[in-house]
Amino acid sequence: MDTLTGWGRLPEPGRELLDEDFETLTRGAVLSRGLGRSYGDSSLPANASDRIANSRCANRILAFDPGTGLLRAEAGLTLVDLVRLMLPRGWFPPVVPGTKFVTLGGMVASDVHGKNHHREGCFGAHVRALRVRLADDRIVECSRESDADLFDGVIGGMGLLGHILEVEFAMHRIPSPWIWMERERVSDIQAFLDSIATAAPQWPMTMGWIDCVKRGKGMGRGLLMAGRWATAEEAPAEHPGSPLEITMPVELPNWALNRTTTGLFNAGIFWGHIRNRTFGTMAPDRFFFPLDAILEWNRAYGPRGFTQYQCVVPRAAGPVAVREFMERLTALGAASPLCVIKDCGPEGRGVLSFPMEGTSIAVDMPVSADIQRVVNGLNEFIISVGGRVYLTKDRFTTAEHFRAMEPRLPQFQTLRAKWDPAGRLRSAQSRRLFGDKA
Amino acid sequence: MKAVVFGGTAGIGRAVAQRLAARGDSVFLLGRDEASLTRSAADLTARHPQQVRVQWALCDMESPSGFSVALDTADVALGNFDAAIVTAAMFATQAELEADVELTRRLTTVNFANTVTFCEHARKRLLTRGGGWLTVVSSVAGDRGRKPVAIYGASKAGVSTYLEALDHKFREAGLWVLCVKPGFVKTAMTANLKAPPFAGEPDGVARDIVLAMDRKRPLIYTPGIWRLVMLVIKHLPRFVMRKIGL
Repeated sequence: MDTLTGWGRLPEPGRELLDEDFETLTRGAVLSRGLGRSYGDSSLPANASDRIANSRCANRILAFDPGTGLLRAEAGLTLVDLVRLMLPRGWFPPVVPGTKFVTLGGMVASDVHGKNHHREGCFGAHVRALRVRLADDRIVECSRESDADLFDGVIGGMGLLGHILEVEFAMHRIPSPWIWMERERVSDIQAFLDSIATAAPQWPMTMGWIDCVKRGKGMGRGLLMAGRWATAEEAPAEHPGSPLEITMPVELPNWALNRTTTGLFNAGIFWGHIRNRTFGTMAPDRFFFPLDAILEWNRAYGPRGFTQYQCVVPRAAGPVAVREFMERLTALGAASPLCVIKDCGPEGRGVLSFPMEGTSIAVDMPVSADIQRVVNGLNEFIISVGGRVYLTKDRFTTAEHFRAMEPRLPQFQTLRAKWDPAGRLRSAQSRRLFGDKA
Repeated sequence: MKAVVFGGTAGIGRAVAQRLAARGDSVFLLGRDEASLTRSAADLTARHPQQVRVQWALCDMESPSGFSVALDTADVALGNFDAAIVTAAMFATQAELEADVELTRRLTTVNFANTVTFCEHARKRLLTRGGGWLTVVSSVAGDRGRKPVAIYGASKAGVSTYLEALDHKFREAGLWVLCVKPGFVKTAMTANLKAPPFAGEPDGVARDIVLAMDRKRPLIYTPGIWRLVMLVIKHLPRFVMRKIGL
């Protein structure tokens, strides 16, 4: 039987259609997808017989104005392509997520955020116009001026209001194709939150990696990275060149990543940075997309698959809530080789966009018999502090928990009722979280 | 190079057009869908700022009466093209073809008769201006009569034979004929088929095609491993071919 999977490698039955003519392909489709990089079931069919349109052959740049940086392209254009073409010309997308293997359509549907969220907001904040195929097969062009409710709903709307056909947004001018970066070793979670708060006003880009296997004193030790575009004087004369990429050669067995190995891995990264502070120029690929250097790294989790739990702890809940989250995480026994922390700026326009003012925490976890209990436990805590999870990463949140953490859900469902009254558009995720019929 | 790419809006043809445009060759697109041509031409222009605006003309492999006019338009736009690249073709599975005789007629006409007709128009033009490149995407399916590609393969075998003869006859006159035999390539055309081992990506195939044109080669298999695969298949005895489903 044919199956489709997200990045977390848990399959759902179904198949996708592929064509350069994405506009025609989406006619009658109930969901569209791109590179399948959302971790959970956002891009998977609710029903095996659902018509799923894949955008990746529709990747044409339709217009680019070198005067203003305004770019319009088909939804399937990938960030890899865009960066490869535009970096040498002195342009970079305004917001990029942690991987470049995503399409523009996916970036809008997930309203992705990046290391510059505290300055620039989400990708959706830079989108000027969208061409969308609605559930009734009509095609509309929407923006902040025209059908603004649809525009705001599609941004971060997980593809549930319409198929994104074209995206128009403003690229940013950059002074050089290099990043100036500072990296600081931080001893525990409190120091971490202090440092990231101090760095935020000075640096346009910040993020941190923390060791969330370590318990007790030193819990939340890690590395804080801050960066900005290097000036022409600081930058090396040469172009950064293409990044070195290797492919994960084999699927590791399920037991390969466990508490002990991830603990060793984390300690290795922490102690690998001998000096407390390093700085210098860095290729943007290494700065923005460090994990992309290992293609298909998801195979490290073995055939069981994995999930990422990404949530935001609101600023109002205070740093103590972040500490409590870390304690809850270790108490639940979740071992994650990767725990990424980022401070988020204010909520954007997207009706269902993930970020809100606070601290975003992302942890990878292999799927085990225990996973539902772990996710439930974390969700109960997140609901109690008024936070929420990132749908693009989610596979295990229950409908009940989702309703409790998402006061914006009724507003989004009203939009769906208006733009898709027959309730045609759906995904495996909307079936699970919104109660859509299969 | 001043290249006309027939089928340059999708799959392998689009990848070849991208490769040529990226290195500064002039490109002119032929295809049957106006929206698709406009978009693909805009894309080539936007991606490669050193390109003057890429132009196109409508041309449908099912309507040979339009071939000459389309090539005239290309000649005007490019100032006499020196390369004609044909990737436009039809595909259908053996089951679909066996169920529909009309589809069989259409596919064999497009892939053989009309492709040869187009090549004849292009060849004459190229020879009058002292030669150039004529590159046509055939298929490994034409190398041996095989159960799963009986009809499609036969249409491609005809093209391969024609191209081989053209090479023999006109190489001395300066015509560089290239017969491209891709194995399985992951494009929209093959999206419904299960990808076998050694499946190629359009961009890798395009790289091989452009390299073979530069080297004035008459024949390539791409990805390269298919040369070996087909060598084995070509030498299998009939009683084996009858037994297996290859």
